[in-house]
Amino acid sequence: MHISEGILTAPVLAGGAVLTTIGTSIGLKKLDYDRIMTVSLLSATFFVASLIHVPIGPGSVHLLLGGLLGLILGWGAFPAIVVALCLQTIFFQYGGLVVLGVNGFIIAGPAVLCGLLLKSLLNGTRRKQMIGGFLAGFCSMFLSAILMACALFFSDAGFLRVAGIVLASHLPVMLIEGLITMFVVTFLIRVQPEILSLNT
Amino acid sequence: MIDEPFSAGSTLFHKRDPKVKLIGAATISIVLALCSSILVAGIGFIITAILLFLSKPAPRLLFKRLLQVNIFTLFIWITLPLTYGGDETVHFFFLNPSLEGIRIAVLISLKSNGILFCFLALLATSSTANLGHGMEKLGVPRKLSFLLLFSYRQLFVIHQEYQRLQRAAKLRGFTPKNSLHTYRTFSHLFGMTLVKSWKRAERVHQAMILRGFNGSLIPLNQPQPSRADYFFLFAMLLISLLLAGLSFISFPL
Repeated sequence: MHISEGILTAPVLAGGAVLTTIGTSIGLKKLDYDRIMTVSLLSATFFVASLIHVPIGPGSVHLLLGGLLGLILGWGAFPAIVVALCLQTIFFQYGGLVVLGVNGFIIAGPAVLCGLLLKSLLNGTRRKQMIGGFLAGFCSMFLSAILMACALFFSDAGFLRVAGIVLASHLPVMLIEGLITMFVVTFLIRVQPEILSLNT
Repeated sequence: MIDEPFSAGSTLFHKRDPKVKLIGAATISIVLALCSSILVAGIGFIITAILLFLSKPAPRLLFKRLLQVNIFTLFIWITLPLTYGGDETVHFFFLNPSLEGIRIAVLISLKSNGILFCFLALLATSSTANLGHGMEKLGVPRKLSFLLLFSYRQLFVIHQEYQRLQRAAKLRGFTPKNSLHTYRTFSHLFGMTLVKSWKRAERVHQAMILRGFNGSLIPLNQPQPSRADYFFLFAMLLISLLLAGLSFISFPL
């Protein structure tokens, strides 16, 4: 779920940078120093999630769990995800400094949106909680894949079919993200429900 | 699994002030990311390769890292020439890859590897802690650099915590398969990691309040840019300027 450096054109890079800056500053503004420790820890946990490989079919995919972070942190997920991506760039050179804006928005934008929209479902019945969790994981991944495809397509119309391949290859990942987010959410509601009421 | 293998060393690059390196890496990568001629990208690729060579990374680790990051480039090479379209094609066995697609694939490979080299030479030679403080000095919001430094600090702890849970699951005979049970187990492992990190956050926060934390972190070593650093910055900016200037001259490629 990273676009490497050197692929996108200036307008897309600039657009991503602007959107990510806006999102991050909103997130930071809503974050006071009492909660900053929790957000850093969750950001680190989000980074660790990307090291977890879950088997699917003959291969395996690594988790992203942006939707989950959105549910927990709301707007705070924006800076948390940007920081996690920044760390991935420093440690593994995945993504990069110039595309950080685009990559940040691709992952954090849908995560925050799904988190804010679906949060209320978590107060409902067990069935609603499960649906909310699944949708948060599935939709945030789905929207991220669409944004990624758009970023490629807007850079160069010749990328159309590559973008299609990217989108299609993310379909199974969306299902896994949905399932895992659903299970984590129901687990947290049972074990430590305070985590999910963090941003209220 | 998580470490900073390139940050230890004593070359010219390791000794430079992280602020200077951050500015250098940012300008060179921006210029390279925006260039659209193969020739300029090629020159940038060579210059950054020289920079990387001068920073003396461990060859085996470097090779492994380059391979990992180039998986996406490989994907581009497989898909783009066949799907890009365009009038000119070359005949290659039973395939007809488009020339324009190949050109774009070459350009992308040069650009992304050039930026990667510059990153490895300039940023991977500093520790994340120093980079985080450098970013704060360069005007990144204090809360953001705090988040970065603290996530970095806690990353290893949380990863170990997860590995501990994973080991426990393995000892109880858990083998990952394509089943709902596997997904549920992974979720619970991760959920437990979240709970633990949440509790840890609370304890760390309390401990820091007790020690008079007011929102700023004071780094132990606060390097001041020396004359050599300014000279280095000048050299990096010169490279960026050269590449940017070349982009305005039209070459046949």
